[in-house]
Amino acid sequence: MEDRHVKAFKEESYDILAELESLLLELEENPKDATLIDRVFGAMHTIKGSGAMFGFDAISDFTHEIETVLDMVRDGILPVTSGLVRLTLSARDKILEMLDSGTQSLDKEARAIVAGFRDLIGNDESEIKEESEEPEPVETTLRITYRILFKPNTDIFTTGTNPLLLLSELKAMGECTIVARTNEIPPLAEYNPEACYVSWEIILTTNCDENAIRDVFIFVEDNCELSIEKIFEHDSGAESEDYKRLGEILLDRGAVTPEALNNVLNKHKFLGERLLESKVISREKIDAALKEQEHVRKVLQKDRDMQVSSLRVDAAKLDSLVDLVGELVTVQARLSQKASGDNDPELQLIAESVERLTEELRDNTMSIRMVPIGTLFSRFRRLVHDLAGELGKEVQIVTDGAATELDKTVIDQLNEPLVHIIRNAIDHGIEQPAERSSFGKPVKGTIHLAAEHAGASVVISISDDGAGLAPEILKAKAVEKGLIAADQELSEDECYSLILRPGFTTSTEVTDVSGRGVGMDVVKRSIDSLRGTIGITSSKGIGTTISLRLPLTLAIIDGLLVSVGQDLFVIPLAVIDECVELSKEESIQSRERSMMTFRGQVHPYVSLRHVLGIGGVAPAIEKVVLVNALGKRTGFSVDKVIGQHQTVIKTLSKVLGNVEGISGATILGDGTVALILDVNQLVKAERSDIQYKAQGAMPRRVEMTA
Amino acid sequence: MATQAVAADSVLYLTFRIEQELLAFEVARVREVLDLCPITRVPRTPEYMRGVINLRGSVIPVLDLRLKFGLPKTATTIDARIVVIEIHYEGEMVLVGILTDSVHDVIEIDSEHINSSPQMGARWRTEYVSGIGKFNDQFILLLDLDRVFSSKDAGSLSEG
Repeated sequence: MEDRHVKAFKEESYDILAELESLLLELEENPKDATLIDRVFGAMHTIKGSGAMFGFDAISDFTHEIETVLDMVRDGILPVTSGLVRLTLSARDKILEMLDSGTQSLDKEARAIVAGFRDLIGNDESEIKEESEEPEPVETTLRITYRILFKPNTDIFTTGTNPLLLLSELKAMGECTIVARTNEIPPLAEYNPEACYVSWEIILTTNCDENAIRDVFIFVEDNCELSIEKIFEHDSGAESEDYKRLGEILLDRGAVTPEALNNVLNKHKFLGERLLESKVISREKIDAALKEQEHVRKVLQKDRDMQVSSLRVDAAKLDSLVDLVGELVTVQARLSQKASGDNDPELQLIAESVERLTEELRDNTMSIRMVPIGTLFSRFRRLVHDLAGELGKEVQIVTDGAATELDKTVIDQLNEPLVHIIRNAIDHGIEQPAERSSFGKPVKGTIHLAAEHAGASVVISISDDGAGLAPEILKAKAVEKGLIAADQELSEDECYSLILRPGFTTSTEVTDVSGRGVGMDVVKRSIDSLRGTIGITSSKGIGTTISLRLPLTLAIIDGLLVSVGQDLFVIPLAVIDECVELSKEESIQSRERSMMTFRGQVHPYVSLRHVLGIGGVAPAIEKVVLVNALGKRTGFSVDKVIGQHQTVIKTLSKVLGNVEGISGATILGDGTVALILDVNQLVKAERSDIQYKAQGAMPRRVEMTA
Repeated sequence: MATQAVAADSVLYLTFRIEQELLAFEVARVREVLDLCPITRVPRTPEYMRGVINLRGSVIPVLDLRLKFGLPKTATTIDARIVVIEIHYEGEMVLVGILTDSVHDVIEIDSEHINSSPQMGARWRTEYVSGIGKFNDQFILLLDLDRVFSSKDAGSLSEG
């Protein structure tokens, strides 16, 4: 029992400490942000409290000292300085260490940190007398929904005011729904383009009070009609009931008289429609009221969702769930196959239901494993902070797309490669401050981390605004290391990809950070194992961008099952554009490439039989699967297209090596194995085969033909 | 299978036949023996890699030892079996299926009956043989499969 609680405490503490770290780093950038200080304090307070409860007295005592200082910061007695942040960061690391070791006493280092904190408050006494009352950091602010009517005078543009800026300022204050009233816009003949005819109704749910809202309009107050009304108070504790009905809102707003409302209520239609028909009110007013209703409902729903909160689950349990779903998908495929073969409508019905359920179950399970990449990004803030300090450089990190979700296993395996890349960027990419300013660049370098979805993959790019890569130097280095021949012609891209070779490093000196000739090849290997690709772009003096393209998930994909002779292959559905028939006459053989016209355009296509070295003769009418490979449309001709197949990806054994063009295998309904094609690699391989031929060398596939 | 107690300095072997020759794997490395099942060929791999099979949900490669030894490939006969063994490959343990003409018995060979530095004719590639055992006046080639899959070989493997 005891152990379980202690374990839970530890887990919780790890989370809090991780959060604390990012909070502190944020605080360093915004030292005035009171909510950040509150949250830092809150985090320390929680650790202190639960530490004492679970017998981690040393942690509790230690944290108490820090808390005292933070309390003073919170009260505005002490300022937030970078020294304080650094000290608190090291305290955070110490707590982590103490948590791991379970120590019951403070070691020298911990005492030093405590002394540091005491110095900050100028208190040399060994015991801090005041046992602070520790006020719970509760959120007392009430969320209120306001209805704001903003009707600028028609001549407002002449004062140089842009009403849209005001609206976006409101948007930043909370959840906001804006309805524009356009009924006053005159016919075009009378329209004065320099006049403002539009007014706005804004429904805003915010923690700010009315005065704060008025402040937004402070400079236009004399130039507009402004009314702010409180329409709803969200007290988070009470069971929130549904928001007012449309009629009530309209009455409230005085848009309709009670009599008129009652009159129309007798007819049977949606209230809005009825009111409209009886012409007591314009459509716009109803729309605005409906928007308000929707807005408040949405806010209420969100509140409720927040209360449901989250559940902590052991990752191993999730993994076994995914495995089970994988097996279920395989069995389901078998059932569907059997059902379509049998002529039993009832069985087919069941099979279809099972298929639908399995698909949903699969998608749900996969979505559980999806984690926003932001968790990973936040780890790097610390890394950048520390590294930059170590190297005497000034570096800031900017992130984008932190909400982009990726499979947890992918995220876990991304940590190491990203650390390598960021290290390289700071060590080799970003120059020393003096050098930077001599180039006219901002002294502070920037590392930009971004993630975005692109079809079935996620692209993560790491850019720096450093020195950039110099293709000539890279090439010279590679020649010197004997990686390439001196007379070898390399394109710029090929030069860049040299840094991914094992044993390649350009740093002239070995630093503590990087430059031991390991790193980028390790990155390449880990990205390969995730079935991802690496792209490098760089321009001298401006910076380098490394982009990693990764599949969304490693476990299950949708695929299209195709056959060539006796062999079955799966092509990931995500890359497929369409399937067409192709008779021999339609194909154009030009030199080494086969071309086909489709919808008036000429596309290259590759015979899968050919490129994979499968024997036999193609049927008179082949099917061509048009895919998007390497950014271009390419066809793959196959004998038959069998159908869609939910594909549980199994990795191919290491013993087989890295098989070009094959990304994995899957087990079909009947228990046989089909291979999953990697169309990008196949297209690349085909291109190099053509080069082989041009050089007179025999392509490898000839030997493969059985 | 072996009911008698195993003497301290003897090792259990699973014997199988390729052509007329009797060969053996250490039993400790054998996971299971399967009947022939459909093998999915993997393109762009050497011919002796016959492909992959489904072993209760995991995909494992199958190797034709006859091709590795320069003999014609294993025929589909009623006696043919796939022996699934564990090998050490690049620091990890992986499962590999080995095609054999037929599988025979589990035998116990005293270590004193094993000649660990065999001199053989040109027929068998000695680098894969860890020793020759003698059992009931028969010579048995004891195979060391880690060597078959050693990285040196794997290099040539990808060049196919």
